[in-house]
Amino acid sequence: MPGKKKKQKLKWSKLYTFSCLRAGADEPSAPGADRLLGQPGFSRVVFCNEPRLHRSKPYKYSGNYVSTTKYNVATFVPVATFEQFRRVANLYFLLAAILSLTPLAAFNRISVVAPLVFVIGISMIMEAVEDWHRFLQDRKVNSRKVLIHAGEGLFVQKSWENLAVGDVVKVSKNEYFPSDLLLLSSSYEDGLCYVETMNLDGETNLKAKRSLEATLSLDEEASFRDFKATIRCEDPNPSLYTFVGNLILGEETHSLTPAQILLRDSKLRNTEYAYGVVVFSGGDTKAVRNSTRSPSKRSRVERTMDRVIYLLFGVMVFVSLVTAVGSAVFTKKSDVERWYLRLHGGDDALFDPDRAALSGFLQFVKALMLYGYLIPISLYVSIEVVKVLQAMMINNDLAMYDEATGKAAEARTSNLNEELGQVEMILSDKTGTLTCNQMEFRKCSIEGISFGGEVTEVDLAASRRMNIDVERHRFSLDGSDSTARSVEMFDLFTADGSTEKEGLSGGGGGGKGRDSRVSVSEKERGIKGFNFRDGRLMDKMWINRSNVGEMVMFFRVMALCHTGIPVEGEAGYEAESPEEVAFLVAAREFGFRFCQRTQSAMVVEEVDPMSGVEMMREYKLLNLLEFNSLRKRMSVIVRNEDGEILLFCKGADEVIFDRLSDGGRTYQQATVMHLSNYAEDGLRTMVFAYRRVGASEYERWSGVFSKAKASVGPERDELLESASDMIERDLILLGAVAVEDKLQKGVPECIDKLAQAGLKIWLLTGDKKETAVNIGFACSLLRHDMEQLHLSTSNEARTKAKDAKEEIMIQLQRFNQLFIEEDRGEKSPFALVVDGKALELCLNTDLCEKFLSVAMSCDVVICCRVSPKQKASITRRVKEHSGKTILAIGDGANDVGMIQEADIGVGISGMEGMQAVMASDFSLPEFRFLERLLIIHGQWCYRRISKMILYFVYKNVAFGLTLFYYNVFTGFSGQEFYDDWYMVMFNVLLTSLPVVALGVLEQDVSSDVCIKFPALYKHGQQNTCFNWKRILGWITNAILTSLIVFALPISILSPSALDRRGNPADAAHLGAATYTCAIWAVNCQIALMTLHFTWISHLLIWGSILSWYAFLSLYSAAAYSGAAAHRVFPDQVGAAPLYWLATPLVAAAVLMPHFVQLAVRRSFFPADEDVIREMERAGAEAGDSAAWEREQERSKRVTQVGYSARVEAKIRHLKEQLQKKRKSFILSVTNSRQ
Amino acid sequence: MEEGRSTASAIEADSVSLSQRRSNFIYQFTQQSLPACKPVLSPVWVVSVFFVVGVIFIPVGIGCLHASRSVVEIAYRYDVECIPAPFRGNKLAYIANDFIPKNCTKHLKVPRSMKAPIYVYYQLDNYYQNHRRYVKSRSDRQLLHGLEYPDIGLCTPEDVINGLPVVPCGLVAWSMFNDTFSFFRGVHELNVNRKNIAWKSDRDHKFGKHVFPFNFQNGSLIGGARLDPNIPLSDQEDLIVWMRTSALPSFRKLYGRIEEDLDADDTISVKLLNNYNTYSFSGSKKIVLSTSSWLGGHNNFLGIAYLSIGSSFIFVAFLFLMLHIQNPRSYVDTSNISWNWKHISD
Repeated sequence: MPGKKKKQKLKWSKLYTFSCLRAGADEPSAPGADRLLGQPGFSRVVFCNEPRLHRSKPYKYSGNYVSTTKYNVATFVPVATFEQFRRVANLYFLLAAILSLTPLAAFNRISVVAPLVFVIGISMIMEAVEDWHRFLQDRKVNSRKVLIHAGEGLFVQKSWENLAVGDVVKVSKNEYFPSDLLLLSSSYEDGLCYVETMNLDGETNLKAKRSLEATLSLDEEASFRDFKATIRCEDPNPSLYTFVGNLILGEETHSLTPAQILLRDSKLRNTEYAYGVVVFSGGDTKAVRNSTRSPSKRSRVERTMDRVIYLLFGVMVFVSLVTAVGSAVFTKKSDVERWYLRLHGGDDALFDPDRAALSGFLQFVKALMLYGYLIPISLYVSIEVVKVLQAMMINNDLAMYDEATGKAAEARTSNLNEELGQVEMILSDKTGTLTCNQMEFRKCSIEGISFGGEVTEVDLAASRRMNIDVERHRFSLDGSDSTARSVEMFDLFTADGSTEKEGLSGGGGGGKGRDSRVSVSEKERGIKGFNFRDGRLMDKMWINRSNVGEMVMFFRVMALCHTGIPVEGEAGYEAESPEEVAFLVAAREFGFRFCQRTQSAMVVEEVDPMSGVEMMREYKLLNLLEFNSLRKRMSVIVRNEDGEILLFCKGADEVIFDRLSDGGRTYQQATVMHLSNYAEDGLRTMVFAYRRVGASEYERWSGVFSKAKASVGPERDELLESASDMIERDLILLGAVAVEDKLQKGVPECIDKLAQAGLKIWLLTGDKKETAVNIGFACSLLRHDMEQLHLSTSNEARTKAKDAKEEIMIQLQRFNQLFIEEDRGEKSPFALVVDGKALELCLNTDLCEKFLSVAMSCDVVICCRVSPKQKASITRRVKEHSGKTILAIGDGANDVGMIQEADIGVGISGMEGMQAVMASDFSLPEFRFLERLLIIHGQWCYRRISKMILYFVYKNVAFGLTLFYYNVFTGFSGQEFYDDWYMVMFNVLLTSLPVVALGVLEQDVSSDVCIKFPALYKHGQQNTCFNWKRILGWITNAILTSLIVFALPISILSPSALDRRGNPADAAHLGAATYTCAIWAVNCQIALMTLHFTWISHLLIWGSILSWYAFLSLYSAAAYSGAAAHRVFPDQVGAAPLYWLATPLVAAAVLMPHFVQLAVRRSFFPADEDVIREMERAGAEAGDSAAWEREQERSKRVTQVGYSARVEAKIRHLKEQLQKKRKSFILSVTNSRQ
Repeated sequence: MEEGRSTASAIEADSVSLSQRRSNFIYQFTQQSLPACKPVLSPVWVVSVFFVVGVIFIPVGIGCLHASRSVVEIAYRYDVECIPAPFRGNKLAYIANDFIPKNCTKHLKVPRSMKAPIYVYYQLDNYYQNHRRYVKSRSDRQLLHGLEYPDIGLCTPEDVINGLPVVPCGLVAWSMFNDTFSFFRGVHELNVNRKNIAWKSDRDHKFGKHVFPFNFQNGSLIGGARLDPNIPLSDQEDLIVWMRTSALPSFRKLYGRIEEDLDADDTISVKLLNNYNTYSFSGSKKIVLSTSSWLGGHNNFLGIAYLSIGSSFIFVAFLFLMLHIQNPRSYVDTSNISWNWKHISD
């Protein structure tokens, strides 16, 4: 054990020559921090290792239990009930239920109370289940185990929830920190440890934290026996990047920086263990402070529905008023005249001629209940049921099931299903959502020759479309040296390229072609992080090439210039970033196996190019010049076995190109070209260079460097910088490498479809700009002929907020200018790339509006280095500014804010973290399923719910108004037209099931068509199915229907005899007959609305009508003898031909207006889906696939984003080039003739 | 689903096919790929639907109209005519005065020959038998069970008189129609059969065979007809008919049947007792004699409605046909798709 530890220390600690520089590089130092302590906001005191002191006030801080639940056992019933009654309609139903218990009741109590209890019950149960899941998740997190110092130097395992402020904990490798800790020491002797903060800010590279010198000695369990210290620091706050505090250890006071703070939800990496003391726990931690409560979301359709309900409520109040006034007038007038009513005397307050006003009021209240059918409580029941069923369909969709992880899509809240069909913008996280956070070595350019394939995917697709050989064409255009080589490479790549792109060009096939490719090549390759195939380099074939010397150097850079160490495991290496691992793996594959690192030396097993034999070579590590975001390069200085001093350098192209010697630029031109090709394919590039350093020069420099290192104070960074600058120059360019930040399966295809569906996609990532832009290219969000607008603050301006603001302002104005200019000419696509700092300024100042309007005019927006809070706030701002429906998708805890803030939050469930999924409304195993979720399920659900609500409004208005009309004929007395039980049955049995079937089964176009024609998605975005025109149209239709349903049966059956036996029809007969007509009318109407009849829909629609007759026969036979409905059906109306003849007449009359409207629309003004349905039908008959494909091609909207758009752009570009070439050819020919 | 399939394979052969079909259904249902019929409204379809409906409706309408016109109906409003001239100015005084004899004779002419049975109705207009206060003022249970059923609170104000319950209670029974009619052809009285004028089910199930009127019309206010306390309610068919409240303020109720044929141009004299007060609310009273057809009484509405809706369907069918001929949109015409408009406009 001690030996191993020793080795560890050797490996790591010396690497960080610049570690002091990096510790404070990003964080602004707080000069006045010490002064602040003890002031309000900076008053926290933590007694390290003495948690018992925190048991009482004023040092009693919150425990480490973190709860995300909305309710607890005690508060659930009152709070959840209260939540339910925030829906206005529910409040109305509650009122109606209470009134039904009074003598004013219009119906029997059960029929009013039961549906209310049902609706509220269902919603509350769903709330409870959701909250229960949250509770289980909390329990899982809170019961995670961690080692806590229990006294006497002993550490015991305890649950996270039992942790208290002041506890000393020991966290092991790959464990999460249970709360915000102050780092005391780690397995490295200099107190370094590496932290992965992906969950907090989405950044993928590891961050180094470093303990204070003073606590370094506390690196054994036993040493905590007598450890005592006091921390005075800031109060809990959500800022992830700041920390102000002091550690008082004995007599000395040490000031603390964020570099010593380990945050909850981040992970210990590459470090065996770390000791820390709890500073903030539970709700006080920065991670929890950053999280927000999940808001309850309601869909757009539902919000419109609320307004429809208000409208209906208005109608109801109106007809109730008419009834009340009518009744009062009638009562007053009939006082003496209508002697048979015996109104005089006032024994019935509802009809008291002496107190007409009071009677009118009571009548009004009663009418509100009587006409309750206008506001269908069953609408809520049915919608809940339908949405649960729709959610079930989403959950069970096998096409959204990921076999690799065994997870399926899940609709976690069912009340946003239809919102999926109206999304206009997608805000996406990068790491874990679009990419798998895996790097793969893909291509390299050595000595100006590109290996690993030249043709990009886009080129291939474009060439197939244009039927030309792009590669040869391009090479001749570029005037590059060797055409022979290009042909060679083209052949090489078409081999696997053609299979590769089948999936994309096929369009409809989705990921299928790609899936097979991936699985095949994975079998072939089998090496993680290495996806490179080129016969010229593999299997040591490179040793046969001519200029081997520099090639060897190239591979040495790869094998030596890094911070990695060899470990046992899948990849074989561990390094600060996955990129470096990919390099090391690639170097190994090329024959340069890095196999050992000691404190001062690196051992590489190299292939000797002369003999081809492998031999061990040891390089003495002299210096390591660290990578950081300002330098953008990294170098190592080594002495090889021959005593030569070599400097190997890798870095960003512009940085390296600046530092090349004049003689070292031999391959620059070719490399630049390759770099741009790689970048266009979304690969992350890095340039390699080296130089030989003379011994004397090194000696001189080494002195300067050591002095700089030894210096203290603010100028130290500068000194180090200038020192390294001295040696990193006169480099010789070797070439470039390209690694792929591996995209998840199917991401580009999915983005392409989404773009065609008219969705805007924004990328929000915590990663740095270069990475974000790379991924933008890789997913075809960006392309080279796009105008990239970069919005950022300059280094100088960063310190002064005002200057920075002005700077941003100027940039925004410039962009606006650009847009105006562009408007005049041909529209070229714009991409906006925003940096986190600039974004901060834009969102929090008055620049917001301006910024957002610029952003909305761009085709793509990429925001990099954004914090979780910023993600959330940009989501909110965009939502407010544009009023569009926004979907946010992400996988990590850093996306939670965004997911909660967006109209729809989608979490990726395939990854390990669950926070995003817990906060989300829908979870998907992978990003690519978003296509199906939105374009198929979203579209369907939107149309279904819209149709369903419209139909519900229709049927209830049509039915409810007949009650009012009848009352006009009864002196507004509030008499019901139909038997109580008929009315109960109306919404319960006779009309509710077909509408549920409509809501679950309706498909206006099949799923295939949805995918083939993403353009159809625009209906949801434009809200064509549920706008006020439609709603009012349906209400008009309902009024028409109600008139027909009421007037026709009455005129037919009254006043003459009902049948040949001479009996005239009375109220019970007319009620039954009219009701029959109403049932026919509304059920036939839904048949007319349905476009997709499965046997279930048939069964339910026609079954509903039949069940009315069944119900009526049963009820009228079994009705207790007093009821008016007794024997109505079989003996009385059922026996009368008039009754049977009235029904089809009424049904035909009711359906006619809508049918005519439908026929006119579909015949003369067909919507897209109408024509497609016709095509579908015709295609099924004639097999006319050519027309089908043609339409598909045409439907591809003119998009600026996505793979198809890129291919289009490429084709345009190539055509232009051809044109130019032809012109110049003709010109040259004519010239030569002259 | 997967489980369902695997268990299915384990079961024997014939049950396999059943459960396979079942799981197949579940699979299709959850994957939303159930076979479905997707009707497309093609022009041919539209025109033929309209045409077929119209073609069916018109003959039905003609049939109905024919049936309705075969019915002979005589309606005569007598409420005003039956008031002696001196009282015409103050009808209320006339009707309220019990000492003035209320009998009245009127003559009706038979326009076409009427086959027995000829139904005799009285018709009231502007009479709100459907008013809520009126409708609910009854006790169906008391009608069936008589005094055994004491809970007659709904019958107010006609529930208890002089401390005793009223049978039948309530406003409906209290205000029963009490005009009477007898018919003569010349001097020969036409027999009016007043049996079986109520629904059989009402007589059998709703009005008690052992329930006799009690304490009825004993209050200070006398409403309408009195009932013979010795006849059980189930046999008081006038009451049973009256108790079936009408749906509209204008209604007919069956009075009886004349079971003799009447010839055209016969003159019928109606001797009636004009007791019932409709004068206070300007309602009207009519006497109606009508035969019936298979479709019931005389009502042209159904036939006309069928004819007009049927012909409007046919009209629409022709309209569509014309429009299609004039302005044909070929089926599957893709130029109507929105993205194709854009292509044109671009």
